[in-house]
Amino acid sequence: MKSLIKQLVETPGPSGFEYAIRDVIREAVADYADEIRVDALGSLIAKKGTKTDEGMRVMISAHIDEIGLMATYIDEKGFVRFTNIGGVSPLTCVGGRVLFMDGTRGVIGVDGIGWGKMPKLSDLFIDVGATSKEDCPVKVGDVCGFERPFIDLGKRMVAKSMDDRIAAAVAIEAMKRLTSTPHEVHFVFSTQEEVGLRGATTAAYGVDPQVGFAIDVTRSGDTPRTNPKMATALGDGVAIKVRDASFIADPRLVDWMVKSAQEAGIPYQMEVLEAGGTDGRAIQLTRSGVPAGCISIACRYIHSPSEMVDSDDVENAVQLLVKLLSDPIILE
Amino acid sequence: MIDLLTHLKEMLSAAGLSGFESPIRKIVQEAWAPLTDELTVSKIGSLHGLKTGQGEQPRKRVMISAHMDAIGMMVTGIHDGLMRFTEIGGIDHRILPGQLVTVHGREDLPGVVVQPPAYLLPEGDSDGPVEMKYLLVDVGLRPDEVAQKVRVGDIISFAQEPLELTGDAIAGHTLDNRVSVAATTLCLEELKSREHHWDVWAVASAQEEETLGGALTSPFDIRPDIAIVIDVCFARGPGSSDWRSIPFGKGVGLGYGPNIHPALFQLFEDKAKELEIPYHRDVMPRMSGTDAMAIQVVAEGIPCMVLGIPLRYMHTPVETVSLKDIRRAGRLMAAVIADLAPDALEHIKWEE
Amino acid sequence: MTKTNNQPTGQAPGIGASQIELLEKLCNATAVSGDEHEVRQIVLEEIKEIADEVTVDALGNVLATKLGRGENRVRVMLAAHMDEIGFMIVNKHEDGLFEFERIGGIDERQLPGKSVLVGRESLPGVIGAKPIHMTTAAERNNKIETSALRIDLGPEIGDRVKPGDRATFATRFEVIGPSIRAKALDNRLGVATLIELLKHAPEQIDLLAAFTVQEEVGLRGARVAAYAFNPDMAIAVDATPAYDLPHWDDDDENDRYNTRLDAGPAVYVLDAATIPDRRLVNWLVETAQQAEIPCQLRQPGGGGTDAGAIHKVRSGIPSVSVSVPIRYAHTAVSLARLDDWTSTLKLLHTALGRVTPDLLAVERRD
Repeated sequence: MKSLIKQLVETPGPSGFEYAIRDVIREAVADYADEIRVDALGSLIAKKGTKTDEGMRVMISAHIDEIGLMATYIDEKGFVRFTNIGGVSPLTCVGGRVLFMDGTRGVIGVDGIGWGKMPKLSDLFIDVGATSKEDCPVKVGDVCGFERPFIDLGKRMVAKSMDDRIAAAVAIEAMKRLTSTPHEVHFVFSTQEEVGLRGATTAAYGVDPQVGFAIDVTRSGDTPRTNPKMATALGDGVAIKVRDASFIADPRLVDWMVKSAQEAGIPYQMEVLEAGGTDGRAIQLTRSGVPAGCISIACRYIHSPSEMVDSDDVENAVQLLVKLLSDPIILE
Repeated sequence: MIDLLTHLKEMLSAAGLSGFESPIRKIVQEAWAPLTDELTVSKIGSLHGLKTGQGEQPRKRVMISAHMDAIGMMVTGIHDGLMRFTEIGGIDHRILPGQLVTVHGREDLPGVVVQPPAYLLPEGDSDGPVEMKYLLVDVGLRPDEVAQKVRVGDIISFAQEPLELTGDAIAGHTLDNRVSVAATTLCLEELKSREHHWDVWAVASAQEEETLGGALTSPFDIRPDIAIVIDVCFARGPGSSDWRSIPFGKGVGLGYGPNIHPALFQLFEDKAKELEIPYHRDVMPRMSGTDAMAIQVVAEGIPCMVLGIPLRYMHTPVETVSLKDIRRAGRLMAAVIADLAPDALEHIKWEE
Repeated sequence: MTKTNNQPTGQAPGIGASQIELLEKLCNATAVSGDEHEVRQIVLEEIKEIADEVTVDALGNVLATKLGRGENRVRVMLAAHMDEIGFMIVNKHEDGLFEFERIGGIDERQLPGKSVLVGRESLPGVIGAKPIHMTTAAERNNKIETSALRIDLGPEIGDRVKPGDRATFATRFEVIGPSIRAKALDNRLGVATLIELLKHAPEQIDLLAAFTVQEEVGLRGARVAAYAFNPDMAIAVDATPAYDLPHWDDDDENDRYNTRLDAGPAVYVLDAATIPDRRLVNWLVETAQQAEIPCQLRQPGGGGTDAGAIHKVRSGIPSVSVSVPIRYAHTAVSLARLDDWTSTLKLLHTALGRVTPDLLAVERRD
């Protein structure tokens, strides 16, 4: 699974520009899906299973976009000014490296403010090694992602876009292991989550599910000097979301997820995220409403170029997802 | 005859936070069962009551939306048997210290919101308001027992008992928006003894305080031709005296602004004048902050009216409302609905 | 690539005296978000003879359909919002003075000392300011907040104005040399453009024109309009700020100009509400290049158009935005170039004439 994760996290795919990562995923799910389609906003939807009497049409959503940057201005000397795509902090930009969709590489510099001061995004620029505006290969509107290789620390793994490629990996692995399901499952690899859950919004309308689950990363409270500490921690099991800032998970599903984890002996932890949203909201509020939940993976340093997750949590997330999709869904 | 005070008190003593509406839904279900022809629950927990009209098929549909969910809190962590928490809906952290609450763990546990002394907080010797993240809930149990009975994600509701004040005023938590559910009950009761052409869909909506989830989803199935949103509005009182407030106990608010269809406003204003029901124009220059924000833009769009019951001390456990205004709101809604002619929709137009 | 074998059969539109007259009428009309009555009347009058079907929906959007001819017609939605930023009267005080709230994004610093028109009768009023003699130097360092301002309609206004009435800036439309100066160019330029496109609609497509409401308070009209039309693709036609002004430091470059006057229509690549479909961005840019129509990319960044609501409707609608660059949007006096408007109309008309099902047959490649 780690080689799949490495391939997923190292492919660039800022929101709205997911074609490269979509191609990787199309290839990865080809053998396990009964049917694959791409919708108007670029989400890849892989269907698996046939609905039986006790089954439902289920949507699983893992977003494949990541935060990134877009060029807004090339100055006379060939420096590239940029704006953010999704939640990019200037704190994690300085000294960072970026990769444009056409393969152009660059580094992020800053000047004009004192050392140790917090820059604004408008203080920063990308240097692609150009000597003038004329020989700068970047044009206004070009898009880049952060560049940082995957590193395997054994139990822990680090990469630039664990948010949310780790969820894509979980979904793909679950598709692979899911041998029998009473449900018609639509695995949605959604786009434009980081700019407002846009891909999941239209995908949910199209799939018209009876039940849905997002898979996403969540924050962890296990780093030094975070106070008061959020209750989730790396290695404490797959996280079952009760709420985040965007939606309240259906309490019937939450109870069922907890019972399922307990039954199967899968380590789990409860999650209440006070900031941030997930595709679960988009599923819950589509059409006339859908019971929706979310499987989370605790992650440190979210939206930095080095996001860290725990391998056991990832494995537990796969196991829980497979377990949930193998059983009839009980809403009571 | 429904006794308003009894009905309201029963609803006020029930929990039912946004996303966790089942306790209040059961009570509303019982109250509405004899007043409606059909009761269903939406996929995300709103209650839909259909009272069939006497007009010929196909009948037009009017939807009433009164959100039934409550604000409250949720456990985020447990330390030495004390709980940290976050809010559901918008709560001013300054009103929390010393409040009686119920923690809905594996069983309901009575508790109190605790403000730790300054020397246990990062500010040291400050006497300023304590942020919500540093407040705690104590349920009086030892840590091992708390660990068995409470987990992260459990909800916490206010436990303030309702109080009867003078002059038909009632105080308590979650009058926002159970008073509007009560007004809807009164409206349904009145419609029992009156003919009405249109089908009436009474909706006790879910999740208004968090996502407007009920209001975004229920109309998608019901597809009403018009919608009446009933919610509380600001009554004049301490700290609330500007143009956003209307007098307390002296009539209902008729919302006016982009969320409201002007022809529906006119319909309500004319009916209020005709019946001599006191009202105030409640101007809402931008969004109304009610279910109407969502209902108006569902599918191909739905004309909405916003009716307000003036309330003091919104989003505290001692919200205060006059029973008179609840009765007025119920009566006005019933009168408007009963008088909707089969072709009334042709007069709800933009080019007046 | 787009096939170009389906050339437009509709006559090419241009900007002449009658188009300018229409724009003048539109700009001088009042249509604050939520009360678009006056502009809606003008639009309905203009299009009643042209469109195959016209409806006014629950929110007050005007939805007009102009059907094309032939097989496999792409259903193209064009949206232009009718509403403008403005004010609502919220409270009455003594002496004909009224408290008001802003509707839409208006910089408070633009308010003092302006004339306004209030209510359906367009009654004249003023937003005054304290005499400089009675202010202190320290006070003049702070902006004057809206809550401290009043609209004054004179002492005998009586009940002719009441809370709930809308008001706008009283600026009248003028053509000055190569420019148009008016209030509400955002987005009466779009409305006028859409009317012209309806009058000269290419025949190989179905043109679904939405004159929308409540854009300035959250893209609300466009959402329900798109649901009703359920189009194959959509273009929001709007006006966007040109901040092509000098930097205070003469040696520094202005790297955040958003758009520039005289550079033609602005095609969007990213704003806060939409990541436009690159198939459509490329279609517009290639059309401009091939037809030699001036065209610029709007700098990626904040802001939003009706496309932000449209593209998320139902299962998703490929969308893009095109705006006329204007200076001083959302103030009493905005300014645009006639040439930019002409190019915008020409680009849209030419591009629409080149739409075929092939445009969307390929997967979104970004």
